[in-house]
Amino acid sequence: MAVGARRAASFPAAIFRSEAALPLGLLAPTLIFLGLLILVPVAQAVLLSFQAADGTLGLDAYRRMLNDQAFTDSFRNTILLIVAIVPIQMVLALSMALLIHSRFPGHGAFLYIYALPLAISDLAAGIVWLAMFTDQGYLNTILQGLGLIKEPIAYLSYENLQWIFVAVVVAESWRATAIVLVIILAGLQLIPRDYFEAAELFGASRIRRTISVVLPMLRPSLQSALIIRTIFAFQTFAVVLALAGRQLPVLGYEAYDWYYNNRNEHVAAAFAVLILALTIAVTIVYMRLLRVRETEIAR
Amino acid sequence: MTAIAAPAVRRRASRAVVLDRVLLYGAAGFLALWTLFPIYLIALAAFSERAAIYEYPKPLLPTRFSTDTMDFFVNSTGVLSSLRNSVIVALGTIVLGLLIGTPAGYALARFSFPGRGFIQVGVLISKMFPIAILSIPLAVTFIQIGLYDTLQGVIIIHTAMVLPFIVIVTAGVFLGVSRELEEAATTLGTSRFGAFVRVALPLALPGLAAAAIFTFVTSWNEVFAATILTVRNTTLPAQVLGALNISPLYFRFAGGFFLIIPSLFFIFFMRRYLFNLWGPGR
Repeated sequence: MAVGARRAASFPAAIFRSEAALPLGLLAPTLIFLGLLILVPVAQAVLLSFQAADGTLGLDAYRRMLNDQAFTDSFRNTILLIVAIVPIQMVLALSMALLIHSRFPGHGAFLYIYALPLAISDLAAGIVWLAMFTDQGYLNTILQGLGLIKEPIAYLSYENLQWIFVAVVVAESWRATAIVLVIILAGLQLIPRDYFEAAELFGASRIRRTISVVLPMLRPSLQSALIIRTIFAFQTFAVVLALAGRQLPVLGYEAYDWYYNNRNEHVAAAFAVLILALTIAVTIVYMRLLRVRETEIAR
Repeated sequence: MTAIAAPAVRRRASRAVVLDRVLLYGAAGFLALWTLFPIYLIALAAFSERAAIYEYPKPLLPTRFSTDTMDFFVNSTGVLSSLRNSVIVALGTIVLGLLIGTPAGYALARFSFPGRGFIQVGVLISKMFPIAILSIPLAVTFIQIGLYDTLQGVIIIHTAMVLPFIVIVTAGVFLGVSRELEEAATTLGTSRFGAFVRVALPLALPGLAAAAIFTFVTSWNEVFAATILTVRNTTLPAQVLGALNISPLYFRFAGGFFLIIPSLFFIFFMRRYLFNLWGPGR
């Protein structure tokens, strides 16, 4: 006790003793940083979206956004990509994580392999799969070698939009699954071994153990992974740019395009505000759904 | 009776074990192939002659190794210096991000206080805005305060990008760390800070490592803000992106592979770190 009291006199410990000020003190650096570097610029950008080129306030930027001939396509493509990519990533990452966590001989090597795409940029991933999907690329070489196709398929041609879509889904699933894997693995490690052993002792099969023991305890990690991946998927554009150029418009690319090529920061900001609105809506839905299930479990 | 039945049971059990193993390694192997094969192929493309990029069908084995394509890429102006810049920015972002974000994640996981939900949503919202729109007003500000075209400026915006996620991930991690253990430590005479450092932090280390990996990836991947905020001090992705539109396929393949090379070393380093954290009794 005496040791604890003496330690409490040191500076960090003094902060930790004040219950009311402590959480705010811990949050202060983050809040100040985010306020200055995100909220202020975001407010400036929202203002931009409601300004016309001459500085007067109005809905001109939004009108131009809606009249953009690529608007409907980019909106639809962005949603479809999220719907296709996020579930694939979650399933792939969960499979990898559960395999690794079973600690079979050699699981270390497999973890190394699965984690390889972690530090690969979306730009690089787009280029990697460009080498696969390009006309004279490896996919055509392999499929023709196996006798599955008679002649090379132009996957990335404007005539094959569904193939361009598949290529982007494959490249993004390939790249970003590793991030989900690490988050899930970190969560798995926090589940005490006893839980698995107890379940095993009572004769629960591996599948039963996974559903009844692992998944409920993984909820915080799965929630983090789900939110992170969905938010990122709304901003997908470098992969699309590398693989498809302008052929598969997405909202992120439109915002980029309006700023860089059309030099119109107002319409670009309008696109960004739309992405923001969509992302907030999706996140609220996720949090609602997951919180409801948590209370069910608590019962 | 039992003497006769026992070997049959054992045989059936061992057959089940073998089947189990086959399925396990089959699934693991398939997922490994899915991850590795594209990396192998981009390496193959990067280490062939420039002319070979346009050959069809392509050789799938490294029969005609050549550094021609890679030489061309590496000797392109600005590639090596931008690689150095990328590493400095990514490491700086990890340090700054974890230093600022971890206490916030801990606070959100451990305390209920007025405005907690509001702060949580606020932290989430701050990441939702596209980096494109964050970068443009920030570029103006950075010009005014002298951070434009500096690595510090890129580190700061990358930290702002990843900070919400560091907070969310660490909050999730600390939520999973038993609060009772920490309280037990304080009951036994450790200060609250001591309990955090000795109990919560070690248990949370795998999660913090994941946050660090995530931070590195985000900074390394980020190309938009780096492009907008720098002129001469570009990062590697910004350098490659700037050249993409005007470059042939072989330059893009070499650039793609080059962007991947540091990530292979990085994972090798992080894997050992993660494995040390796998816990005792491995």
